[in-house]
Amino acid sequence: MSPLLEANDLVRVYAGRKGLFGKAVPVRAVDGVSLRVNRGETLGIVGESGSGKSTLGRLLLGVDPAQGGTVQFDGQQLPEAGTQAWRALRARMQMVYQDPLAALDRRLTIATQIREPLDIHRVGTPEQREARVAELMRAVGLRPDQAGRYPHELSGGQRQRVVIARALATDPDLLVCDEPVSALDVSIQAQVVNLLRELQGDGRLSMVFISHDLKVVRNLCDRVAVMYLGRIVEEGPSEELFANPQHPYTQALISSVPEPGRALDSRVILQGEPPNPARRPSGCAFHPRCARATDICRGQVPDLIPVAPGQTAACHHVTGARATRAA
Amino acid sequence: MANLVEIRDLRVAFDGVPVLHGIDLDVRPGEALGLVGESGCGKSVTWLAALGLLPSKAKVSGTVTLGETDLSGAPQAKLEKVRGGRIAMIFQDPSSALNPVLKVGRQLCEALRLHRGLTGNDARREALRLMDMVGIPDARGRFSLYPHEFSGGQCQRLMIAMALAGEPDLLIADEPTTALDATIQAQILDLLARLRAEMNMAIVFISHDLGAVAQVCERVCVMYAGRIVEQGAVGLLFERPRHPYTRGLFDAIPRLHGPRTPLVPIPGTVPDPRNLPKGCAFQPRCAHARGFCQSERPDLLAQKDGRKLACAFPLPEGSEEVEREVRREGMLQ
Amino acid sequence: MIRFVSLRLLRALVTILAVMTFAFVVLRMSGDPAEVLLGPDVPQNVIDAFRKQWGLDAPLWQQYLSYLGAIFSGDFGLSMRDRSPAIDLVMERIPATLQLTIPALLLKLGIGIPAGIYAALHRDSALDRGVIFLAILGFTIPSFVMGLVLVLIFAVTLGVLPSGGIGTWQHAILPAITISIGGIGILARFSRSAMIEVLGQPYIRTASAKGVKWRDVVRGHALPNAAVPIVTIVGFMVGSLIAGAVVVETIFSWPGIGRLLIVSVSNRDLAVVQCILLLIAAVMVVSNLVVDLLYGWLDPRLRAQPAH
Repeated sequence: MSPLLEANDLVRVYAGRKGLFGKAVPVRAVDGVSLRVNRGETLGIVGESGSGKSTLGRLLLGVDPAQGGTVQFDGQQLPEAGTQAWRALRARMQMVYQDPLAALDRRLTIATQIREPLDIHRVGTPEQREARVAELMRAVGLRPDQAGRYPHELSGGQRQRVVIARALATDPDLLVCDEPVSALDVSIQAQVVNLLRELQGDGRLSMVFISHDLKVVRNLCDRVAVMYLGRIVEEGPSEELFANPQHPYTQALISSVPEPGRALDSRVILQGEPPNPARRPSGCAFHPRCARATDICRGQVPDLIPVAPGQTAACHHVTGARATRAA
Repeated sequence: MANLVEIRDLRVAFDGVPVLHGIDLDVRPGEALGLVGESGCGKSVTWLAALGLLPSKAKVSGTVTLGETDLSGAPQAKLEKVRGGRIAMIFQDPSSALNPVLKVGRQLCEALRLHRGLTGNDARREALRLMDMVGIPDARGRFSLYPHEFSGGQCQRLMIAMALAGEPDLLIADEPTTALDATIQAQILDLLARLRAEMNMAIVFISHDLGAVAQVCERVCVMYAGRIVEQGAVGLLFERPRHPYTRGLFDAIPRLHGPRTPLVPIPGTVPDPRNLPKGCAFQPRCAHARGFCQSERPDLLAQKDGRKLACAFPLPEGSEEVEREVRREGMLQ
Repeated sequence: MIRFVSLRLLRALVTILAVMTFAFVVLRMSGDPAEVLLGPDVPQNVIDAFRKQWGLDAPLWQQYLSYLGAIFSGDFGLSMRDRSPAIDLVMERIPATLQLTIPALLLKLGIGIPAGIYAALHRDSALDRGVIFLAILGFTIPSFVMGLVLVLIFAVTLGVLPSGGIGTWQHAILPAITISIGGIGILARFSRSAMIEVLGQPYIRTASAKGVKWRDVVRGHALPNAAVPIVTIVGFMVGSLIAGAVVVETIFSWPGIGRLLIVSVSNRDLAVVQCILLLIAAVMVVSNLVVDLLYGWLDPRLRAQPAH
């Protein structure tokens, strides 16, 4: 079966400006990304600030126009943003952002807001819409008596449930979540993560889960793509990628997650600054921070190559390392 | 050994709403103490109150002593000497914690002038040394730059350098890595641990990130709704938490290793300080609560194993792995 | 930097051109100077001769083009009333207007900013509420009401100051105060909110946490940041040095630009009105340009960064 979402060689260039008097510098936020999301699958996208992961999320839905590359949704080319066909398709692909308060209208009750996509896309009769809202609220764990509340009367976790309920209203095939739990406290975060897990349960919903929190991504995602400066540097099944990361950046990223019971000095601590998309290093963009960098890394951009079943990595030194181990 | 800082019955109220309900806390010289809890639990307010940094509408009572000095109700001049001198503080969002219109060198030199009396070239030389020490590359060339010309991680390094200017006995680090990227967080944690060893200074590490606290600290206080609910050595608390809230915090965090199971969230939300539940503040969210918990508030009492605990029906002392599995399976059904 | 300034200059020129065009068209659409100046009972041939003499018989676009041509060669036209150069009429009135507006500006800065900052530092105190109340009063009472009230109190009842005209420095006191009051109110409110905003910023807490005395936190850390928004308003006030006294000059019979403008408008003295509007626009635009440059000086984040 064809994948639900397939992106090929996506490119997004911004005109970055430095200061009031500065010249515009082209910033390649997303630089040739290809990925696919199968039906019922959750793809995690991890990376630090400046990696282009949020931009990629918007490109996948066509919210932000790509300057290069293609997106295919359900076998069809994604229509241009703003067109009638694109708006109709948006019922099948929804987005959830980090800040639920900004995503909600503070003057409308939450039931009205959950209903909104149904009204926009003219789904069912008014009675059916009412019933659907009640069903959605139950599904995300909101009480029926909260229907008439306003966003500011709810807690952060409850607001994010409202946003998720609204995104689910049109029964979409794809949900793109950009840092949906990052603004929430630990105990509340777990509630929302579990909610997303339940949504995965029946295997109909595909998700793209964008986050900097590796622990949440590992818990929730079937496959994970690691981004660095606008490119995917490693991709693979969640369990394998976290257990056996191949790219030096992925290794450092996983190692940097503090875990109770693990001593500080056992970690790989990356030196250097997080990368600046406006000043992209030559060759492999990671080479200035990489302990294994050699001349080839400075001159040549590595391609994503298979390193294990279902797992790819873009590093000049990865195949070498594995060959040695095999020998 | 005498305590460096002793806080006794510290209470804070904003507009008549109490948010801190009597904190007793000691910091020993050179130790690393973690303060853990969710937003609004009072972990930052404790130290802002201790240093007199809360807005004037806050009502503060209780005593805070630093060695021989009583800081509670002390005149501003005395507190100004202590702040940035014997006790320094760094904050969560380093990019906005530095003054955007002043050169970083000048901000560093200001601290050096206030606490070490250094001016002119002496101050500049020392500021450059501190910048080197916290790992700012090309300190000389970047002395006259403004904060926006540094990355978030470097701004936090500058904040740390500024905090070290007064050669403090205690550094309060209030969520110092929360706003930073993962790889930069690791660098800053590493830097703090190294500086603490080199300068023999105590650190109070305020964080909601249990992992980070575990790596940096020796002793931990878990706070909930303006009170300390469990306190003890880091290994003891993290391996065998006995307060249901401490335990709940651990279970709510996904793991980087092992099976990918559903999380065990703490139900409900943090209570509104204007409307705290009767009895134990955690009781409405607690799976172990009984009738007693709804009427009586447990005190923070010393336990045999050295920890302090405020819970009438704490988790049993061993066999917690078994129980965790049982709870997880219960969740799955 | 050069790119920035030249871009801004270009924009300034476009603004001025737009103001000139607007004034030119509106003045000619809204009444016939011949009828106003010559009176109602003049024979048609006299009117035609007047129109021919002043070029008013040509199509509007031709008049406009010759007007623009004259401006760029430095010719601002002649007053229709006494045939003296319009620019001379305007220039001789400038000192009188500045005699009012400059002291008024100093009052606005000297009272408005400190009052606002003081209120911010003592937020929610009785004094803060007093400042807010007076500030609102200051900018909600129209200046003609304020002027008349002041005249009633100080000239009529107390008899300590003259009620109008020009002559000694005492004559300038009431009009200058009248002009300044609204600006004091605006500036006080604005400085207050700018300062409150800054005092809530994390870097203020940082400064306190490193042991800086509160007085020095305010002076060394808060004020330089609060200056950025305050400068915007001050720039606007400097821009209205010429235009800001129209009503007040009329109330106090003060022979400045404002009165010249009113008289010239009612006489349809086209060249003079156009000349005044051009001057007002030019001062506004220049002060805006200066404000933009000041931003860069006050806030390093807005400055050019060297290309890395």
